[in-house]
Amino acid sequence: MRFLSFLISGLSLGSIYAIIALGYTMVYGIAKMLNFAHGDVIMVGSYICFFAMMRYNLPPVVGVILAVIVCTILGMVIERAAYKPLRQAPSLAVLITAIGVSYFLQNGALLLWTSSPKVFPSIIGNGKIQLGELTISHVTLLTVAVCLVIMAVLTWFTGRTKMGKAMRACSEDKGAAQLMGIDVNGTISMTFAIGSGLAAIAGVLLCSAYPTLVPTTGSMPGIKAFTAAVFGGIGSIPGAFLGGLLLGVIETFAKAYISTQLSDAVVFSVLIIVLLVRPAGLLGKVINEKV
Amino acid sequence: MKRKNTNKYVSFALVIAAYAIMMILTASGKITRSMQGMLVPICAYIVMAISLNLTVGILGELSLGHAGFMSMGAFTGTCAALMMTESVPDEGLRLGISMVIGAIFGGIAGFLIGIPVLRLKGDYLAIVTLAFGEIIKSIFNNLYVGFDKYGLNFQLLSEKGIKLEEGGRMLIQGAMGISKIKKISTFTAGFILIILTLFIVYHLVESRYGRAIMAIRDNRIAAESVGVDVTKYKMTAFVISAALAGAAGTLFAMNYSTITANKFDFNTSILILVLVVLGGLGNITGSIISATLLTILPEALRGFATYRMLVYAIVLIVVMLFTNASGTKMLISNIKAKLGGNKEEEEQ
Repeated sequence: MRFLSFLISGLSLGSIYAIIALGYTMVYGIAKMLNFAHGDVIMVGSYICFFAMMRYNLPPVVGVILAVIVCTILGMVIERAAYKPLRQAPSLAVLITAIGVSYFLQNGALLLWTSSPKVFPSIIGNGKIQLGELTISHVTLLTVAVCLVIMAVLTWFTGRTKMGKAMRACSEDKGAAQLMGIDVNGTISMTFAIGSGLAAIAGVLLCSAYPTLVPTTGSMPGIKAFTAAVFGGIGSIPGAFLGGLLLGVIETFAKAYISTQLSDAVVFSVLIIVLLVRPAGLLGKVINEKV
Repeated sequence: MKRKNTNKYVSFALVIAAYAIMMILTASGKITRSMQGMLVPICAYIVMAISLNLTVGILGELSLGHAGFMSMGAFTGTCAALMMTESVPDEGLRLGISMVIGAIFGGIAGFLIGIPVLRLKGDYLAIVTLAFGEIIKSIFNNLYVGFDKYGLNFQLLSEKGIKLEEGGRMLIQGAMGISKIKKISTFTAGFILIILTLFIVYHLVESRYGRAIMAIRDNRIAAESVGVDVTKYKMTAFVISAALAGAAGTLFAMNYSTITANKFDFNTSILILVLVVLGGLGNITGSIISATLLTILPEALRGFATYRMLVYAIVLIVVMLFTNASGTKMLISNIKAKLGGNKEEEEQ
């Protein structure tokens, strides 16, 4: 029974990682860059939701929608201001810029909202479901459900809609996509918007499960979700899902059965081992280089 | 080629002149206490920046865990120094041996990280070094090491299992790190380490190895096709970079009475990366100048401290946009063309 309850909390944590990892993986797939600022967009989303609920007494749903809107705009602004001018630049330059943006967001939040931790209110109360000996909180159920819904919608979106097809085309070959009349810049912007909107949802879920909110809240889950994306195969949407869930479960089990303090070391060691055995990640495609 | 040589002499001259000036100022007592306390950290950061520049600027691979190697060197080197307190009474010699040990462990860590990663291409090194930095931090935060006449005692998570003979002492105490370190780092030792680092890095860059490494950076496929063993040369550069970071870590740690693993976190890695980027990728002299300025500046602008990291972030973004965006690149090359001369050639 202990095992089962750890598994469930692992899946819940993993669902959050999966939602964040989707943002990383979609941006990587299409823009071929690691958006290090993604974790901090999560933090911004959580703060927006927090202030909407606590200061302006708005209902949780409105708070979440506001957070999604603000983060979507923020993601597009970041892309336009910092990444778009560097489309042709070497990947190192883009990566360093992304780190700069991440620091900018963190320290901006530090100045705006101070470093004193905010206690995030639960968005759906503290209800629990009792199944025999097993107790599952509503937040856990909601997190897993939201993750499944997002996965389903995204699969449909990328597979069936015109915009989704454009996204896949761009990630395959930007030049050819442009020749076919696809608005490449618009598509990339759209990808950032979707990823950042998802980050806001992940932020709210994350803070509902772990209710301490500080300006660095997003950075560790961001790094871990990124690890999850690499783990599952960066660029692949099912990969991000699988990687996120696995990472959440591994982390929870490491905390439960090995040691709380060493769980981070275990998680990152798993990443290194996976890269050693399957450099492209679990579901990633191995691309042969053409000369 | 000519420009590179002058650049090299500028670096050496700069460091020697700075050392001479600081020594004269210290001797005449015109230097403030806070400045004196910063001399060793400045030296350590200069070495960190130069060594990271070797990986990022010259090899062209991003490392996000350089502080991890620094941490490795700091902990192993300091432990070695504490163990040698009686056997090597001369402080300078003890510091030297400790730095060598720190460098060796840093190099070993670099080698172990390099084996899985350097045969891959792409951003993998960034990811794995990032992971490595976190692993090292989490291990040193939970490692307990004791030392007595029978040797070392290791224990993870708690110090309960460590039983020391009389006269033994705890070296590493988990999250408390190493305490009661005798401060034996000196500015002269830092100066010697910088000169050694410059010597090693310039020697490497100008050798057959350096040319191969830069060929890999500029065009991996072309380098491979003329028979350059990519993994070997990448590994050489990376291990040297990690070893230098290890030595710098020992120097840095022995300047404080306590040292904890959290001092060498992701933020420290990023800070060093900022030093390298500001100084210019591949530009060693630039790294020296930016490391010096950015270590002194926060101290000089204490009132500005809250905005410091925000300014770092903005500077980082602006520098990257300015030097890499296609729009500004055009602008710069236009200006250069108007000024005439052989500016373009000098860029090589």
